[in-house]
Amino acid sequence: MIEFHDISYSVNGIQVLSGLNLRVAHGEILVLLGRSGSGKTTTLKLVNRLVTPSSGQVLVNGKANDQVDVIQLRRGIGYVIQEAGLLPHFTVERNIGLVPKIEGWPEERIRRRVQEMLQLVGLSADLASRYPHQLSGGQRQRVGVARALAADPAILLMDEPFGALDPLTRDELQREFLLLQQRVHKTVVFVTHDLREALRLGSRIALMEAGKLVTILTPAEFLRSSDPWASAYVRAFGDGLESAANRGTS
Amino acid sequence: MNLLRFFVQNHTQVLELTGEHLWLVGWSTVFAMLIGIPLGILIAHRTQLGRPVLATANIIQTIPALALFGFLLPVPWLGDRAERLAILALTLYALLPIIRNTYDGIRGVDAAVVEAGRGMGLTESQLLFQVELPLALSVIISGVRIAVVISVGLATIAAAIGAGGLGEFIFRGLAMVDNRVILAGAIPAAILALLADFGMGWIEKRLRPR
Repeated sequence: MIEFHDISYSVNGIQVLSGLNLRVAHGEILVLLGRSGSGKTTTLKLVNRLVTPSSGQVLVNGKANDQVDVIQLRRGIGYVIQEAGLLPHFTVERNIGLVPKIEGWPEERIRRRVQEMLQLVGLSADLASRYPHQLSGGQRQRVGVARALAADPAILLMDEPFGALDPLTRDELQREFLLLQQRVHKTVVFVTHDLREALRLGSRIALMEAGKLVTILTPAEFLRSSDPWASAYVRAFGDGLESAANRGTS
Repeated sequence: MNLLRFFVQNHTQVLELTGEHLWLVGWSTVFAMLIGIPLGILIAHRTQLGRPVLATANIIQTIPALALFGFLLPVPWLGDRAERLAILALTLYALLPIIRNTYDGIRGVDAAVVEAGRGMGLTESQLLFQVELPLALSVIISGVRIAVVISVGLATIAAAIGAGGLGEFIFRGLAMVDNRVILAGAIPAAILALLADFGMGWIEKRLRPR
């Protein structure tokens, strides 16, 4: 579905990615996990060519993505970012209908599709005429997901989509996203720095550090892994819970 | 009271000169927008051009109005008609605030919003017309507003080269050492400036993105 072959990327003499080889299978949620600056967002943006590698090749649906029309490539890939990246001067309806609109769908079909998408992400139909600033953070993120799915792309790129949400809303959206994925079966690349989110959502977790892919593991393997970076993550995560549990007991 | 009587007696001429004044300001603003907005868009996307373009507009702004009219006087086609010359000079002065605000307005659009649009497959022109310009519009209009108010004031100087406008009264009054005549030009000019400011402010507010 998506393949990265020997990708290197440097900008202004700084090596952001090097020797990256990765394959994302059809219908899986591949989580790119790593610290800020590890290159995970850059890796994501390689797929829809917001970033062009210095060397190497990205294959999308078996075709090198620099050999196809970049606009068509992007319209065929859903893109969700933190804080949703909604257009602030567009209503919810126009935001969700954006790609169908520029793809030239008839108005009536766009309207039906928007209603369908609102329902899919659990928003009530009367939100359609609101502006993004009139929504809560969780609602905005749902609209972001609805917008990405509107033109029914096979691939979904998600860049810390739930990062700015409070823990309860995040939990809710993660749960619903998994249910949604069971229905829509997209190929998802999901960027996060949150191990809990990675373990919960990922079919596989690709751990990145300093522009390199450290390892790819399933969530179960990740927890048992002896890889120093993976176990460092698990330790940091566990320490937080443990120290919280121990506070006040001593 | 004297002044009021002067206005009543000369009302046709006051109206006529106000009309000329508006003509000069109107055309120069239109031309400055036609040049300044595309130029501002260009330098917002090609930032290496920003410095020279803005520097040039800045330099024009520092030339005293009378000197600029003088410089342009010998230019062949322009020098034939004083209004052409005045409109060109006023256009040049109006450029800076329009270019500057267009540039700032577009650069000020949230980069994440632009990238989200690009990532979803908007073409560069769709990004410009559907995202960047609508979001920068109120800032651009506020630049036009500044330009108009400055132009209303500067256009009084156009009378020095015979281009008409309310400056006629001002220069005539100066020559006659008659305050009534000076005020007959200055007061309508001030009212025009206030009205323009108010009107443009209203438009700007209506266009502000939510």
